[in-house]
Amino acid sequence: MNRPASGTHRKAFWLAGGLLLASAALLLLGISVGSTGFDSVLNMRRDPQALQIIEQIRLPRTAGAWLAGALLGLAGAVAQGLFRNPLADPYLLGSASGASLGVALAMALFGVSPLATHWLARVGLTGAAFAGAVAAVLLTLLLSKGVQHTLRLLLAGVIVGVVLGALSSLILLLTPDIMQAMQSFMLGSTAFVGWTACAVMAAVFAATLLAAWMMSRVLDGLALGEATAQSLGLQLPQMRAALVAVLALATGTAVAQTGLIAFVGLAAPHLVRSVIKTTHGRLILLASLMGAVLLTSADVLARWLLAPQELPVGVLTAVLGGGYLLWLMHRRTGRGAGL
Amino acid sequence: MALAKGRWTSIVGPNGAGKSTLLKVLAGLLRHEGEVVLLGQPLAALRDRERARQLSWLGQNESSAEDLNAYDVAMLGRLPHQPWLAPPSDADHAAVERALRATQAWEWRDRALGQLSGGERQRVLLARALAVEAQVLLMDEPLANLDPPHQTDWLLMARALVAGGKTVVSVLHEISIALQADELVVMDQGRVTHQGACTDAATHRALEEVFDHRITVHQLSGQWVTLPKI
Repeated sequence: MNRPASGTHRKAFWLAGGLLLASAALLLLGISVGSTGFDSVLNMRRDPQALQIIEQIRLPRTAGAWLAGALLGLAGAVAQGLFRNPLADPYLLGSASGASLGVALAMALFGVSPLATHWLARVGLTGAAFAGAVAAVLLTLLLSKGVQHTLRLLLAGVIVGVVLGALSSLILLLTPDIMQAMQSFMLGSTAFVGWTACAVMAAVFAATLLAAWMMSRVLDGLALGEATAQSLGLQLPQMRAALVAVLALATGTAVAQTGLIAFVGLAAPHLVRSVIKTTHGRLILLASLMGAVLLTSADVLARWLLAPQELPVGVLTAVLGGGYLLWLMHRRTGRGAGL
Repeated sequence: MALAKGRWTSIVGPNGAGKSTLLKVLAGLLRHEGEVVLLGQPLAALRDRERARQLSWLGQNESSAEDLNAYDVAMLGRLPHQPWLAPPSDADHAAVERALRATQAWEWRDRALGQLSGGERQRVLLARALAVEAQVLLMDEPLANLDPPHQTDWLLMARALVAGGKTVVSVLHEISIALQADELVVMDQGRVTHQGACTDAATHRALEEVFDHRITVHQLSGQWVTLPKI
């Protein structure tokens, strides 16, 4: 006997197919947009410099935007399932402020500029951001005395976020010369993403996607309430710890490579839900694809709108994501439901 | 305190008497002093999945699963039976269909929980508890949001479960329905004040007493019912 006929399978299949097609189209757009415009694409067979622009700049940053978006979409779906709150954000455990503090400290202590093109400088900043994100999540876990109590975990994340944010501001105040460089990190950018960063993000995405998918039934169970999930024989403490690890790793990796990109993690699962109501197994995969499409679109727009100038991609995602959230609030209050 | 196997026991008492807490302890969901023995085995000695296969628990206001459809929710009841990562088996699908049909929720199996009314949602959650096909069913206020016809359906279902050899323990605020059970456990201020057959006069006295004699127990058309004392 098979599961009774359901439109959900079909809808999920078409949505995934559509998002993959959109990804392919955006990849083509991504390699076509830049300061030298479409000429680099037309001349890449004849002109080694044009080929280099495509191969070493546009292609990795477009792929990087896709991967960072996928990591944030995945983290958003996991965070909203884990905290049983549709407004949960991947940065809730303090990883964003931890990454900012890591970068601020690295810049203040070693004078590293994010505008430096030398890859060692990038690895240094990326490492600092990742270490900061992981340290912040660990501090959150320490303050919340583990992962058993969702509300305590959430509160600890908020406290860590505020305190580490204040420390970053203090460092900025004491070393004003890093202000501009920090700003570029805080606004998010894919400009420095190279193939190494892509490889790191791809590996982490594959591992976290697989882990999250394997635990997706736990998230479904949790949606029925903690006591019910426990009554179903799910080992919540271990599973919750593993899901927090997935959340921290996915968010920390994305933030470390592209800076703070707002709203992608929050909006991607919502956009999927507005099309299809489904289990976390499908939601995790679809939210990853949606996050990837969102961030790649924003990246292409950020490069194209004021070309040859470039907008920080985080500003675009914040404006678009904020607008989406307002629309969501309007729609839900219009229906008589709270947000 | 012992609850009879293959019988339906209702737990009643005023608000804050500890009924839900007792049910959670019986389900192994709360740390407690003393020992709970399930069908001859200490509950604490059972592995989580084994306990989940033997004991099905339905809590109060348990769900925020707005996006899951009724079928997927009921299928969660089969988690204790499914190997990790294995897709649902034919037996799982059959159990889910039986459960959804038993609570008359089969027709909207593809609708998301968020699109259902309170009563419809409760019937889906009830189906989730039934789909476990456990020997013992612990239900905390299973009649919440159900209209009178569906309360009657639930009553018939509880009786059918017991007739099929299952043990049902329910916390109920609808005393007249609780009196349809085989046994009544009366609780007050965290303690069991009485346990006895629902037809027993001593049980009726304990019931009236625990509710400060604001209700009276009467026999009507061969059934025991309570009326408010005005």
